[in-house]
Amino acid sequence: MRFELNDIKCGYNNKAILKGISLTMSEGEVLCVLGPNGTGKTTLFKTILGLIKPLEGKILFNGENSIHWSRSKMAQVIGYIPQAHNTSFPFSVMDMILMGRTAHLGNFAAPSQADKKIAERAIDTLDISYLANRIFTELSGGEKQLVLIARALAQEPQILVMDEPTSALDFGNQLKVLSQVKQLARQGLTIIMASHVPDHAFFYATKVMLLSHGGLFGLGKANDIITEDKLRELYGVNVRIIKTGVQSDNDDDDDDDNDSDSDSEVRMCVPLQSNRNWGLK
Amino acid sequence: MLVRINDNTRDALAESESEGNLRKVYFVVVLLPILAFILSFPLGRYPITIPDLLAALLGKIFPYIHGPEGVINTVIFQVRLPRIIAAMIVGAALSIAGAAYQGMFKNPLVSPDILGASSGAGLGAALAIFFSLNVVGIQVSAFVVSLLAVVAVYFLSNKIKRDPTLALVLTGILVGTLCSSFTSLLKYMADPYDKLPAITFWLMGSLATVSPKNVMSSFVIMLLGGVPLYLLRWRLNVLSLEEEEGKTLGLETGKLRLAVIICSSLLTAGAVSISGLIGWVGLIVPHLARMLVGPNYKVLLPVSIAIGSVYMLLVDDLARCLTSAEIPLGILTSIIGAPFFFAILLRGKRGMV
Repeated sequence: MRFELNDIKCGYNNKAILKGISLTMSEGEVLCVLGPNGTGKTTLFKTILGLIKPLEGKILFNGENSIHWSRSKMAQVIGYIPQAHNTSFPFSVMDMILMGRTAHLGNFAAPSQADKKIAERAIDTLDISYLANRIFTELSGGEKQLVLIARALAQEPQILVMDEPTSALDFGNQLKVLSQVKQLARQGLTIIMASHVPDHAFFYATKVMLLSHGGLFGLGKANDIITEDKLRELYGVNVRIIKTGVQSDNDDDDDDDNDSDSDSEVRMCVPLQSNRNWGLK
Repeated sequence: MLVRINDNTRDALAESESEGNLRKVYFVVVLLPILAFILSFPLGRYPITIPDLLAALLGKIFPYIHGPEGVINTVIFQVRLPRIIAAMIVGAALSIAGAAYQGMFKNPLVSPDILGASSGAGLGAALAIFFSLNVVGIQVSAFVVSLLAVVAVYFLSNKIKRDPTLALVLTGILVGTLCSSFTSLLKYMADPYDKLPAITFWLMGSLATVSPKNVMSSFVIMLLGGVPLYLLRWRLNVLSLEEEEGKTLGLETGKLRLAVIICSSLLTAGAVSISGLIGWVGLIVPHLARMLVGPNYKVLLPVSIAIGSVYMLLVDDLARCLTSAEIPLGILTSIIGAPFFFAILLRGKRGMV
């Protein structure tokens, strides 16, 4: 599905937080939105999801303006994965994932066997069958996040929006969730995620959007957009971006990066720990 | 997308709906209410034996069987039957309304009177008694003012530009307090030998005045509220998630909330207009049900109905049998309910917070 933002201006109560945002994404692309706190990442996502109306501009799915779509039509196209959180009631993991089917059900219907099959497939895709019998509120943050991703898959959208999907996760779970994200993109989903870690953009994104307090700060490929200068300007810290080669262990590790243009080059941000102070402007 | 279902998953899923658990649920849903229903007939000042009851019931169904004569028949069909049914439907209605509201407000400590339905009913009844209306007048007035209170809450809350759930809770407290104040004012002005005690007793809750007619009308109103709520069972699950989460899952949260408010108000107003104010049931029963079967409304609602109707019936049996004078129902529900609830809190882990 082609997804377009056409000169979007968004914000609350007629006060614009972001303006002039244009973007086109096609199947299999992963957009990573980077920017300091308060630059409007969440506002932009809420606008994309139709939770708040854009003040100006159009949001197009395959060329169709989404402004008057019903919630269920919207949910059939675009899925949202919130940060792992607790629910007020101790739903089972299966129920939680089945809630992803809501947009496909009539007002008075409950999930059928067919819906259960779809939920089971989502569970298998994420390889979390060991969680199926557990209670959602009793899971760890990483497990919850995986369940929420499974729920979004059961929703069968073409676009996934994730707001800092790894912020509450430990190192291992971060990598698991993100490689899962990449996997999903390979299967044809378009993914839009916010992050605070430029490395995530280097590893997983096909496109990067930088937001600063002034609005759009950069949009393009990670290697072109994320530079030491830009990061200093954006976050007020000095980092060095190092380029290195990684030899894959060619095990069954499915991270064989043959789709990246520079075959095995990897970029990472390393903080500069000189005697100088950290260079807060 | 991977289309591979591994066998572990399927087995694990089959296990989750283990047969033992389901049987337990069916037992609660079907058997307990029937048992309580039958066993409540013999209780009371006028002795009725089970054979009497059976003969009377058969006599009603098959005219050629000669049922027991006059008094027994009257006691069974004019006194006990309406009262038993009233207790059961009041308990069931308050329980479903409580369960629905707890989900909608995303808070397990919410009861059906959160939007002022009970305070409104109290004011309505007090007004009717103050102006010397008869039993039907009291019921109608309690019902109407109860709904008016909720309507007021809904429209006032829409004026507040905040989280809609919070706005509802706040205006609910506001209108509820206002209604209680006016009720107090009426009590202060009422004739202390005649109307004041009547108002006070009504507010304490009792099923002593029910008749086949007002049970029937209440039952119809409760069906109007209960059936749509059951049909919306799956959406209620999603509504209990955070507001924006629900929306992105495809829920029209605003419309659904309105539907839940209408249904729950009909249920609550229909119940308290014949029973007077009865607390606790709508709060505890959904908890108990959730501990038994988990929070999914698909099973939570039927089980809440079963537990609520049985609980209310047993409490009412106590209310009319414990002493020669009737104990007000509202008092008993909380005297029994409070320690009971504490015991659950000590033991329970699944359905709590």
